Amino acid sequence: MNIHEYQAKEILKAYGVNVPRGCVAKSARQAEKAYQKFACDCVLKAQVYTGGRGKAGGIKTVRDATQTCDTAKELFKKKLVTVQTGVRGLPIKRLLVEEIIDVEKEYYLSFTLDRRSSRYCLIASTAGGMDIEEVARTAPEKIITLIIDSFLGIKPYHARRVCAALGLQGKLIDEGIKLIQSLYKILLEKDCSLLEINPLAVTKDGRLLAMDCKINFDDNALFRHPEYEKMIDLSQFDPLEIEARKFDLAYIKLDGNIGCMVNGAGLAMATLDILKEHGAEPANFLDVGGGASREKVASAFRIILSDKKVRGIFVNIFGGIMRCDVIAQGIVDATKDIAPHIPIVVRMDGSNLDEGIKLLAQSGLNVETVDNLKSGVQKIAQMMSKKQKS
Amino acid sequence: MGILIDKNSKIIVQGITGKSGLLHARQCRDYGSQIVGGVTPGKGGTSLEGFTVFDSVAEAVAQTNATVSMILVPAPWAADAIFEAAEAGIELAVCITEGIPVRDMVMVKRYLQHSKMRLIGPNCPGVITPGECEVGIMPGSIHKKGNIGVVSRSGTLTYEAVKQLTDADLGQSTCVGIGGDPIIGMDFIDVLKLFSQDIDTKGIFIIGEIGGDAEELAALWITENLKKPVAAFIAGRTAPPGKRMGHAGAIISGGKGLAGDKIRVLEGCGVVVAQSPVKIAEAMQAALNKN
Repeated sequence: MNIHEYQAKEILKAYGVNVPRGCVAKSARQAEKAYQKFACDCVLKAQVYTGGRGKAGGIKTVRDATQTCDTAKELFKKKLVTVQTGVRGLPIKRLLVEEIIDVEKEYYLSFTLDRRSSRYCLIASTAGGMDIEEVARTAPEKIITLIIDSFLGIKPYHARRVCAALGLQGKLIDEGIKLIQSLYKILLEKDCSLLEINPLAVTKDGRLLAMDCKINFDDNALFRHPEYEKMIDLSQFDPLEIEARKFDLAYIKLDGNIGCMVNGAGLAMATLDILKEHGAEPANFLDVGGGASREKVASAFRIILSDKKVRGIFVNIFGGIMRCDVIAQGIVDATKDIAPHIPIVVRMDGSNLDEGIKLLAQSGLNVETVDNLKSGVQKIAQMMSKKQKS
Repeated sequence: MGILIDKNSKIIVQGITGKSGLLHARQCRDYGSQIVGGVTPGKGGTSLEGFTVFDSVAEAVAQTNATVSMILVPAPWAADAIFEAAEAGIELAVCITEGIPVRDMVMVKRYLQHSKMRLIGPNCPGVITPGECEVGIMPGSIHKKGNIGVVSRSGTLTYEAVKQLTDADLGQSTCVGIGGDPIIGMDFIDVLKLFSQDIDTKGIFIIGEIGGDAEELAALWITENLKKPVAAFIAGRTAPPGKRMGHAGAIISGGKGLAGDKIRVLEGCGVVVAQSPVKIAEAMQAALNKN
């Protein structure tokens, strides 16, 4: 789960980590007010669920109240398209108004999971402000990695070693140790999958300051943090993704026109791959999950149907825990009120297959049923191309 | 033969009184697995559809001599269940549970460094040695006794692969679902080591997906250590970066974990990679013919 920079910085503050003075604004008026409060040059930072904001024009410097108001207005009108968002871009609904700081030197500091060792790790670098993947490519010698023993945690000597490697001196070393230990505490207590400070600045007046912060929470740990729910900014999601979220469906909107409903993440990914291989473009990734109820299947199918770009639907189910009759029943339920006028191919195999086929046949729906993946994909690809020609 | 489990394995089910715990305990028993009891704290001393329920794993082990545990405990308590199994002397824990927090698994993994227990999963379909024993949630009927070892990060995609292998008369020695999470117990290499020593396994099929670099590491291990023919399929060639594709571990981040890279490394190490999910049996057959 993503959160915005300003929310991440609130968490940092609560753990005693220094951040620039800042204030979130949801309107140009609020931005102007924030500027007046700080009474110094500020930056307006678009709060969107993506990186690469600076290059995409999502971060602006402002030097007076009128300019703040005008710039904020412009930003609020914008959809920010970065290297990570795809062409659809993300709307800007919140701005972080922040004082500009005189910076002496910048560093990079982050905590994440090291999958190889199955432990958390700290990554630090003297190349602050740069994309860490870029640094890894161009100057790997500038990267310091510390794999953290899960039982021991980060001890002062670990943190001191990192500070020394970064070249911190004097009282900054003590500040650095405190900072690293606070961040590790946040990582664990807040169940973060990523906690990244980039850049971490040493200011002209000799303080350590987290200039930008990105936090991702572990989706699997959300049950431990019911308070996270209200941190979600729904404006950053496709409406269909919001709908899918309600039903706990793994759904990702894609750019094509074939709606897909699959059980299991691996099979869903493979289904997208094979559709593309046949020249078809999937409209979404959707894993209906194992053991989904009839209602859940129906809502999944409704979500696909309500995507206006969808011109055909491919259902791929390998029944195990998921029974074919439940899938069929869900599809029938979802199409009861509005009969779809697009080709639908249902590939089903596994438990209660015969009941499933029977249900679909009796429903009067215009559905092709097949029992293996190969002919299913061929069929939908064929029907789609026929449709395009006619 | 096969690996990890066989007809003599004595199995308990942790979380047996839950809906899915009972369902799968029953299904495994129907397949022929020796389910000797189950554990649900607070329900010890009762019996459910012929399964004896114990309060703790230690008690269950003492009474039944079970060495294998299938864990179907809900995510908030699943890590606790794994620790308990390890401490009670279980030799193989198969954790089916999906959605265990990373922070919990980091601790489990650290603990297991000093434990003799093997862990399969979490977030996996389990293990099956066809014709002998199933510890998991896969549909047993699609499997067939034979000589192909299957190891996979996925669930239903594994069923798809197994079905194709069975239809092509390529039976399986053992199929192992290692799970779709970023932190799992046994990884590809751990399972490959067992397959390499198993006389019944004559060829191996690997099912991987985007995210992490477990497939690349497995490929390198294969070139140096494995004499048996290997084929593979990698899901997610067309997945967009930065999105979590259903599995917590299936995410392309910072240009890492791409399917294309995995396929290149596997092929470079002599593994036959199926170019399409409908060509799994073909790829396996090609690998067998090559040797």
